[in-house]
Amino acid sequence: MNWPLEAFLSFLAAGSFGVIFNTPRRTLFSCGLVGMTGWLIYRSYVLVLDDPTQASFAGAFGVALVAHLLAKKFKMPMIIFSVAGIIPLVPGSKAYNAMRNIVENNYLEAITYASEALMISGAVAMGLVFAEVLMQLFFKRQAKRIQRKIGMTQN
Amino acid sequence: MAEIGETRRELALDCFLLAGKILMENGAETYRVEDTMIRMAVSQKMTHSHCFVTPTGIMFSPTEEMATRFVRINDRQTDLERVALVNAVSRRLVAGEYTLQKAYEELQIIDQTNYKFHIGLQILAAAMASGCFLILLGGSWSDLPFAFVFGGTGFIIVETILIQTRVKFFAEFIGALAIGILALLAVHSGYGTDLDTIIIGSIMPLVPGLLITNAVRDLMAGHFVSGLSKGAEAFLTAFAIGAGIALVLSF
Repeated sequence: MNWPLEAFLSFLAAGSFGVIFNTPRRTLFSCGLVGMTGWLIYRSYVLVLDDPTQASFAGAFGVALVAHLLAKKFKMPMIIFSVAGIIPLVPGSKAYNAMRNIVENNYLEAITYASEALMISGAVAMGLVFAEVLMQLFFKRQAKRIQRKIGMTQN
Repeated sequence: MAEIGETRRELALDCFLLAGKILMENGAETYRVEDTMIRMAVSQKMTHSHCFVTPTGIMFSPTEEMATRFVRINDRQTDLERVALVNAVSRRLVAGEYTLQKAYEELQIIDQTNYKFHIGLQILAAAMASGCFLILLGGSWSDLPFAFVFGGTGFIIVETILIQTRVKFFAEFIGALAIGILALLAVHSGYGTDLDTIIIGSIMPLVPGLLITNAVRDLMAGHFVSGLSKGAEAFLTAFAIGAGIALVLSF
């Protein structure tokens, strides 16, 4: 595996998705970095433990953590950074193979691919949510202070 | 609460609903829309307001003595710059840097300005993303020009049909179909080597990544109506792409 090449390509891919989703111009570079983080975590996990589902979870977790930190830094919604970042983790090839096998009447094979695709998308979603909950716990004290300041109390 | 004048309260309501509408139309998560509207309301001393946001409409009920307002959301796109700008306006309003009038004017400007990148740049980005994914997914370098061109072409086709017909499902189906046919032609003519990776790379710009993320985020935050409807939208898109490719592969 060619690490610098993959890093560069995932950076470019996530940045391109930033352009398609029209993220603010000064965050494009950061969007690319988020995508690169997610993809490199995913690839290293696959290389070491050879489990694409867990790797997707780890990748999405990393994406959400970095996106959250960047959101704090830029004072912008987190979604701006996380959306482009998780695109490389979407199980496109598994979904494609499932579709292809259905067309070729290999239904058993198709089910295998489809359930893998489903597991991976579930793992990506869980990774995102877990990281966000963790960050919320981490920043809870800070958030409460701000909420008290503007008169909004949590319960 | 009672001291706020009637016109000022009307202006406040217009302001909150416009902010919510812009956010929802441009791809923010439902919980963020609700959170922004409630925060803005609290900053204008409407502490007991409620809002209910779905992908197709927003209901906002300010206080007991005022009528509930409703705004319809017709088409949704992805424009994260507007989300960021509305977020900035709401932050300033809450912090007291903007008056209500100023915030409303800013929101109207945001609503009317076109912040999108030039369409040529977007097409180039789609083509570049396709090329990158081809290599990342293990494709060979000789297939790179095909993924680059087909990814861009698919994006152009989807955008054009979307402008003409406003039917997302149809546009994505035709886009995927065109990519499939082009890839098949490239491989059959002997220039392309691996049909699968060319197709996967080229359809990547059409994948509903934002919708999937938002649907899950909304479901986890307890916004079941929005979560399910966004999930349905994502599923429809995925199905349209899959059906377009499947049609090509079945020949």
